Order: sequence, then C-alpha cells, then structure tokens
Amino acid sequence: MKSIKNHLSLVVALLSILFSLQVFIIVDRSINSYKVNLANNYSVVVVAQKKLNAIDVISENKIIEDISALKPDAVIKKLNTGMTAKNIELLKLTLPKFYKITLTHYPTPKEIDKLSKNLLSNKLITKVENFSKNHDTTYKLLLLFKSVITVFAISILIVTSLLIFKELRIWQFKHNERMSIMGLFGAPVWLSSAVLFRLSIFDALIASALAFGLFSYMSSSEWVLSQFDYIGIRIVVFDPLYDFLILLGVAMFLSIMLALLIVLGHKEEV
Amino acid sequence: MDKVIIADNLSLSYSNSETIINKASFSVNSSDFIFITGASGSGKSTLLKSLYGALKPQEGSLVVGGVELRGVSGRKLNFLRKHIGIVFQDYKLIKEWTIEKNIMLPLIINGYEKTVTQNQVDSLLKHVRLKHQAGKYPLELSGGEQQRVAMARALSHNPILILADEPTGNLDDYSSQLIWNLLEGANSQLKTTVIVVTHHIPETMNVDYKHFHIEYGSIHEVN
Repeated sequence: MKSIKNHLSLVVALLSILFSLQVFIIVDRSINSYKVNLANNYSVVVVAQKKLNAIDVISENKIIEDISALKPDAVIKKLNTGMTAKNIELLKLTLPKFYKITLTHYPTPKEIDKLSKNLLSNKLITKVENFSKNHDTTYKLLLLFKSVITVFAISILIVTSLLIFKELRIWQFKHNERMSIMGLFGAPVWLSSAVLFRLSIFDALIASALAFGLFSYMSSSEWVLSQFDYIGIRIVVFDPLYDFLILLGVAMFLSIMLALLIVLGHKEEV
Repeated sequence: MDKVIIADNLSLSYSNSETIINKASFSVNSSDFIFITGASGSGKSTLLKSLYGALKPQEGSLVVGGVELRGVSGRKLNFLRKHIGIVFQDYKLIKEWTIEKNIMLPLIINGYEKTVTQNQVDSLLKHVRLKHQAGKYPLELSGGEQQRVAMARALSHNPILILADEPTGNLDDYSSQLIWNLLEGANSQLKTTVIVVTHHIPETMNVDYKHFHIEYGSIHEVN
C-alpha cells in the first residue's frame, strides 16, 4: 500500500501531462484534417478575357493546385430563348472565360490577398472572386479553437509542473538521507542515486502504459469516432507506435530530469 | 610504523563560524586505538567529521590513509571512505532497508561478490547477536540494537580505520559491552586503527590505547 502511494503522486502528475499532450496532438490533427477538408471545398473563381494558359498561371502561383475552366453552357441554357445554334456559338466566343482555381492547402487571409493581387496582375484576368468574407470567418474560428486548446494545454502543463515540483521536494526529503549515508561509505553518485533513477524510470513506464491504455481505448471507442464523423473528419486518434513513443519519451525525460534535479541539489549532511 | 593519519597545523570551522580546532598537529599510527575526549562542544565530533571528509580543513593539512583531505576531489574522497568504517552517534541506518541490507552497504559499495557478502553479513549478525532480527527494519529495533547494526556495518568490509562517534552513548550495559568487544577485537585481531570519540573511557580495556583530549581548540595527548 505504502509502495503504491509512493508511486501514485508522480504517476498521476505524469499521466495528466501525457493526457494534455495527447489531447493537444489530437486537436492539432483534427484542425489539420479540417483544413484539408476546407481546402478541398474552397476555390477561387477568376474571370478572363481570353483563354488562360493553366501551366503559366500555376507556375506563377505555387499555392494553386489546379485550374479548370467553368463551362458557360448552363448560363447559356437559361438565356436560350429561341437563339439559333450559330448565334449560341457566337455568344460562346464573346463570353468571358470563367475558371475555378483549387488550392494546395487552406490559405491564410494574407495568402488569399497575395494570390488575388498576383492573378489580377495578369492582363488577361479581369476579376477574381475569392469569397474572402466566408473564408475569414472560418479561418478565424479555426484559429480561435486552436488558441483555446493551446491555452488549455499550457494551463494543464503549468499545474502539473507545480505538482511535479512538489513531488520533487518530497523525493528530495525522502532520498537525501539515504544518498548521504551511502555517500559517507564512499558510494559514487551513480550508485547512491540509482534507486532514485530506477523509481523515476519505473513511474514513467507506468504513466506511459496507462496513457497507452487510455488512448488505445479512446481510439477504438465508437462514441469518439462518431464525434469526428459528425464534423466530417477522420484522423488517427492514437498511433500505438508513434504516439506512444512520444508519450514515453516525454514521461522519461520529465522523470529523469526530476531525478537529476534531486541529485544535483543533493547536499551531504554534515 | 605506518601513519594512518597526519594532521599538521589543522584548523577546522563550520562556514562563517569561529574556529573549532585551531592549528592542531598530531598523528595516528596504523593499529592504534585512540580515544578522543573533551567537553561538550569542544570539537570532538567536528574532528571526527574531518577525518572522513565531511568537513574540509580550513587551514593546514590533514592526510588520512595517504589522501590529503584539503581540497580533495570527490573521487578520491569516495576511495578513502570505502576503506573507513564509521559508527555514528545517531546510527545513520537506512530506514527503508532491512538490517541485513544495511550491514551489506559497504560491501555492495566495494563491489564484493554476493556469496562473500552474505557470509560476512551472517557472521557479523552472529557477533552482534542479531541473527534472529536480520529481516527487520531499523525502526523496529531498540537504540542499542540499532547501534549494534551500525557497528556491524562499520566492520563488514574490514576497513583500515574505524571512526566511532560516542558509540555507547545512551546504550545499556549489554550493548555497550558488545560494542567495546567488537572494537577491541577489530583492533587486536585485524589490526584495524580505531578512533573513538567519547565522554568516558571504559574502565577495563583489553587493548593498549592512546588518549587525545581536546580543549579550547587544541588537541593534546594525555599520558
């Protein structure tokens, strides 16, 4: 019981840090995935006097993924009130050319602005419609969401860091005496602090294993997956190898740093 | 005869406080049994601490087991401490360890083999009459028993020098006698140099001993 208690406080502190870190990773993945969705659905429409050379336009604007001409047939069909086929063909030739531009990624307002200016600098292009109002609203919402999550993650990090520092003081008090006694009999620092490092590595492993279990469960939970489906995105909630290695690395780093701080702050009792 | 300790104009003080030992010069031969006496606060324990490097000389020179302790490096100090057995007034046993493991400590640090370690600990537990308590923890023992464990720990690695700070203070007669017997045995049979800080020298000692007295910061030998 005492042994469990000894480990619990550090394991809980580490687990909350790992939890907030993984939540941050999930949110970041969700936002990126959502951005891809938005980018796929977002396009700029340009109007040109004559046919555009798609290769030239793409090479001048790296953000552009594709340009496709919009067929005027639908518009002409509406106007078609007894026009002859010849007149329709003539009308087609005199109509300006409409193009739909899709982008490589969801752009920032600055990127849209730059793209519009670049396109307008082409003498053949007379108008660019970038739907900037809609875009700005969505983009700002995304930024706000990311900021809120960042603040949340930082708050958790601060609180858990305080917890870890409190734990550090307890450990310092608990291990100082033993380290001093071992030192008085000539034990090198690595030997007198070996227990401390063993404990911290063990706690880091426990916290990582718990985080692994928790997020593995979450990633296969129907409820969690349905939430992502609801907003139309599919992401990897928890990669059992890549994410686990990140969590394990962070837990190891933090707990070994904790042990190292205790060793460095250790003073022999005189 | 080899000198185990050579102090030359040795001055000791804790940081920012007055000098406790002032320019003392003395030496201790190998296999000597030394008593250090003095009034409370005279600097007996301070001198003992300096001998295992817990307090560095402020002035002068102090050589223990061939190691100059003034400005000694951590590695050299560890090397010296591996060859010293210390008995503390407050025992300094590791509470989380059984008494068996506490006695093993110097053997573990010195890298002894497991079988050697176990045999040595078994033998010492018999000597200090604590064989039946091997698996207990220090706080489950009486003060006298804890001091006997500390004594066994100090002897476990056959050190060249044993430093004991009031090893029988507040102990019952039985435990006190056991401790004196062990110290005398180590000195006479293993030729270990023994330095004991005490208020009272036992009336009956079975070994020849020297007596140093500390007064007003100076150390002199009592004939």
